[in-house]
Amino acid sequence: MQKLSLRDRIKEARVSATDSFRGGKLMSSIFRPGSPFRKGYVDSPRNRSYVVMNNVLYHLHPVKVKRHGVRLSYTLCLGGLSFFLFIVLTITGIWLMFYFRPTELAYVDIQALQTDIAFGSLVRNMHRWGAHLMVLVVFLHMSRVFYHGAYKAPREFNWVIGVILLLLTLLLSFTGYLLPWDQLAIWAVTVGGNMAGYTPVIGAQAKFGLFAGLEATTATLLRFYVLHVLFLPFIIVIFMAVHFWRVRKDGGISGPL
Amino acid sequence: MVDIPEHLLKRAAQARAKALGISVEKALAEMKGQEDPTIVSKEPEVIAFEEVPTPAAETPAPVTEIPAPVTETPVPVTETPAPAAETISPVKEEHAAETTEKVAAVKIEQKPPAAKAPAPAKVDTPDEVDFAPEVKVTQRLLTVVKAKPIQKPVSEPVDKVNTWPHLMLPEFVSLMAMTAFLILLSAILQAPLLEEANPNVTPNPAKAPWYFLGLQELLSYWDPQIAGVMIPLVLGVVVWMAFPYIDRNPETHPSKRKFAIMFYTFFLAGAGVLTIIGVLFRGPGWNWTYPWIDGIWFDDLLDWIHFE
Repeated sequence: MQKLSLRDRIKEARVSATDSFRGGKLMSSIFRPGSPFRKGYVDSPRNRSYVVMNNVLYHLHPVKVKRHGVRLSYTLCLGGLSFFLFIVLTITGIWLMFYFRPTELAYVDIQALQTDIAFGSLVRNMHRWGAHLMVLVVFLHMSRVFYHGAYKAPREFNWVIGVILLLLTLLLSFTGYLLPWDQLAIWAVTVGGNMAGYTPVIGAQAKFGLFAGLEATTATLLRFYVLHVLFLPFIIVIFMAVHFWRVRKDGGISGPL
Repeated sequence: MVDIPEHLLKRAAQARAKALGISVEKALAEMKGQEDPTIVSKEPEVIAFEEVPTPAAETPAPVTEIPAPVTETPVPVTETPAPAAETISPVKEEHAAETTEKVAAVKIEQKPPAAKAPAPAKVDTPDEVDFAPEVKVTQRLLTVVKAKPIQKPVSEPVDKVNTWPHLMLPEFVSLMAMTAFLILLSAILQAPLLEEANPNVTPNPAKAPWYFLGLQELLSYWDPQIAGVMIPLVLGVVVWMAFPYIDRNPETHPSKRKFAIMFYTFFLAGAGVLTIIGVLFRGPGWNWTYPWIDGIWFDDLLDWIHFE
């Protein structure tokens, strides 16, 4: 028998180690049949279907999608990026919650975050610019949907949900705007809250409810904080779930034009 | 049965050609051939039938051998139309009808040579005379029935691709690109943090977040009841949400919905212009300022403005 070179023996050992790990009980229990992370994945139509079907992703994507919808120029990935920015904001937001108290100390906490805490400034910047970007991307997504006429039957109701999602995005951004508790925050929210005060009939009540008083105080800060980190994310996740579900139930992506 | 669109058939043929290692044209022909096998099976028989008479005429020596195929060949020709029509009719009546027509025509054309060729051999095999083609026509074309399906399928075949990898890979790449962009942006530009909130010191001007600045600009023109509430509430929420129910035009192509596109573009442009004015062209006392002369009053972009 021919003696293998050292290089070949190393390669053989590596392959067999990888195979016994990928084919082992642990990986088989984590990854369902057809997963590319399991042993023996080959690129076949059957496995391509399994990757989606035997995966949590099946709740988001069907096994097959219309060819024109895959083109980047059709959607510009705007809906997916909106969702992704929401995830980024959730992750950075949870991180920020460790260092933030919605009281008179809020401003001090932000200052400490920027100066004392590792990556504090970067994560705060990501949260802030990401939020602005999300408003922009959601708005562009809506425009894309409009110009493709994708709100037409049978997708009318999903457009309604989409508008609700845009409003919730704006509300999330607006409630987050107050949290740094600096001059920019308090006066921007005062301007916005005063606009709510012009509502016919219930103007005064709307403004009082929003501010938790007659003007922006630390009570407003607590109110906006709870809305920002708990209430509105909870609501928006429900609407997002319905939105994604309806995309599939209404026949996937619209078009082609 | 639904007619498969040409481009799908071509794509399937390409895949088949790649899998079997044959040319695309051949695969396409094979696939088309599978749909109506009668035509393919018919042709070689007719060719054999045509070829036989010539050697029979040229080489009369092995007469005993040749008559057998010659006399036998007409038999399948006369017989085939019936089973062919039977097997095909439920699937493709149209094709079946065409083929029977062809076969009938072929049969009539081929009869004279067929009758001539076996003539010398007929003496040796008198038993088979009954099966010879000069026997009276046993089948004829009564009518051609155009095939029409009883049920019309609702859904047309759609050109689809596997989500993995054709959709998930571009998605993953765009997510990575967005992450890189966001981290880069956050590393370069510092989010604003002014002095601590003080309800007793009002900045001049006090500006809302940028996405509300269009509204704030409107507020400076009109009564707050209209600009601050009615326009955002009625136009921004109610009309926007109800838009699919207002626009009943089913067309999606831009050339067939010019009004809707004009409407949306008009409001998009209006909101954009108002927002830009609110962000860049409004200074102390909400007076008109030029950003290149008087500077920019918009603290949200503090670091952008002073970015070196």
